[in-house]
Amino acid sequence: MPPHIQALTVSGLACRRGHRVLFRELSFAVRAGEVLALEGANGAGKTSLLRQIAGFLAVEMGGIAITSDTGDIADAEERGAFIGWLGHHDGLKPQMSPRENLAFYTGLYGTAGDIDAALGEVGLSRAADLPAQYLSAGQRRRAALARLILSHRSLWLMDEPLAALDAEGKALVNAALEAHRANGGIAIAATHEKLDAATATMRLGAA
Amino acid sequence: MNAFMALLARDLRLATRGGGSALLALAFFASVASLVPLGVGADLKLLGRIAGGVLWVAAVLASLLSLDRLFQADLEDGSLDLIALSPVSLEMAAAAKIAAHWLTTGLALTLVAPLLGLMFNIPESAYGALVASLLIGTPALSAAGAIGAALTLSVRRGGLILPLIVLPLVSPVVIFGAGAVIAAIDGMANGALWLLAAFSLGFVLLAPFAVAAAVRLNLQ
Amino acid sequence: MFQYANPKRFMDLSGVLLPYVATAAGLFLIAGFYLGLFVSPRDYQQGDTVRIMFIHVPAAWVAMMAYGMMAVASIFSLVNRHPLADVAARTAAPLGALFTTLALITGSLWGKPMWGTYWVWDARLTSFLLLLFLYLGYSALWNAIEDEVRAGRTAAILAIVGAVNLPIIHYSVEWWTTLHQGESILLSGGPKIAPVFLWPLFAMAFGYTLLFFTLWTVRIRTEILERRARALQMAEH
Repeated sequence: MPPHIQALTVSGLACRRGHRVLFRELSFAVRAGEVLALEGANGAGKTSLLRQIAGFLAVEMGGIAITSDTGDIADAEERGAFIGWLGHHDGLKPQMSPRENLAFYTGLYGTAGDIDAALGEVGLSRAADLPAQYLSAGQRRRAALARLILSHRSLWLMDEPLAALDAEGKALVNAALEAHRANGGIAIAATHEKLDAATATMRLGAA
Repeated sequence: MNAFMALLARDLRLATRGGGSALLALAFFASVASLVPLGVGADLKLLGRIAGGVLWVAAVLASLLSLDRLFQADLEDGSLDLIALSPVSLEMAAAAKIAAHWLTTGLALTLVAPLLGLMFNIPESAYGALVASLLIGTPALSAAGAIGAALTLSVRRGGLILPLIVLPLVSPVVIFGAGAVIAAIDGMANGALWLLAAFSLGFVLLAPFAVAAAVRLNLQ
Repeated sequence: MFQYANPKRFMDLSGVLLPYVATAAGLFLIAGFYLGLFVSPRDYQQGDTVRIMFIHVPAAWVAMMAYGMMAVASIFSLVNRHPLADVAARTAAPLGALFTTLALITGSLWGKPMWGTYWVWDARLTSFLLLLFLYLGYSALWNAIEDEVRAGRTAAILAIVGAVNLPIIHYSVEWWTTLHQGESILLSGGPKIAPVFLWPLFAMAFGYTLLFFTLWTVRIRTEILERRARALQMAEH
């Protein structure tokens, strides 16, 4: 398993895109075993917050820190090593099959994992060797979920994890989150739909 | 190192799989070069003289052809985010992508060039210089091109601006590369290959840092 | 709060200095024109054509200096993340392109009586042609990226890569003209310049340099005001 995280703490965070301030004075903490559902209208800054935590978007004001077994980490680049990312896009190459895509990512991340088992878990065994361009949006989302699980990262950042998924797919996401929680992982998910596995909810742009 | 190889292998696979860019670049290279005799006439003596320059210009254009998607595709499908969060640094990732681009275009062009040289009636004494100059110089094309591709990542029609910013940067490659061929034809030693090697090495070392800096700006 | 702390100081300071710099530029240019056109003699080889030098050489000098300024501003933009550096780099480019074009036009006008043709692939003319393309590419990149901050930093990377490359381009072009036995180079120095030509040349060089700084400051001020106006518009929404 990956290095363990005890908590993610966000304090006094502000985010600005262009000349527009999306949010300011944002403070919250998520502890090991918690899943935070992030709600808010379009343009409230959900994706921007996730990208700030991931270290893609510069933090001009406020702080983001991780408390790990080996001490506190405030540096954005070091933080990246803990993050499992399920973005708006699935990160799959259309010319490559789900199996090839996952093999690439396990190679890139240097993680050992049973790709066949992961594909089976998300119900993609039969489509495993089809080029990803022939898969439906929901199937590609499932492949992305398998990739997230195989990344063995302890802090999951998810942007609309339930989008494009059928009822069975949504149940898979919730089950994956429950398993991640049980392992002591943390997840923050920006979502418009009800996320059953969430242990807490935060609304952006309400203030 | 495994992560580097994983990225390299993926890009090689994408470039060579059906509809990939490798064969397209080769076909483009050959057709641009073939257009020149149609334009300047079939005087074999003249063609032999200008062949080095023509093949070098064609090589530059063929390298540019496949470049504008080098990072764009990864940005659009979300791969770039995942690469940025992986244990491999963006600098190393850039180096892997440059290497893959060179293997599928620069190296491939180098291997085909003698065949085109034959059609251009290049003097026998110049084949060595032609192949050596392409082998040494094309990595600089991939490296400079990668900088251009990363800088134009967020530009909607980046393919139009890319040549404008890359061509002046690679002008020394054309000068030294074609110069080496001319020197070989004339039977002179002028050190062009050494100058080319120095320039190429410099660009290959500089590019990953410039590319990584530009990519970081576009992850925001 | 986030921004425009120092640009404000720049606006105050430049507002005071600008008239003086502009006046000095004008005086030097008038003196240079007078000395160059009426006082200095005809060259025994080039005749009156030599007087183009007084317009050409300083333009070439400022064209290169502008790229240097742009590169320095770009380093500040990347390292210090200062919005004023962004503006300075961005506004230097069109001016640099302008002076490069002037150097190219006067260079080819000079070349016509000397070489019998408007364009020869002389080392200096070729270098300046490539410099013009570098400026054009830089400006095109700036204008193509919508987000102001990202555009500034992206273009800054290009400016720095270009600055590293520029001496190599220049060297390679010099090397290339010797390889292909180009025309003998009259433009870049040539025989020693007589002192009687030096004074007007110095005056023009000072005048051009001050003119560049005057125009640059005006453009920076305009750009800052435009950005403020845009920020106000955005804030109203």
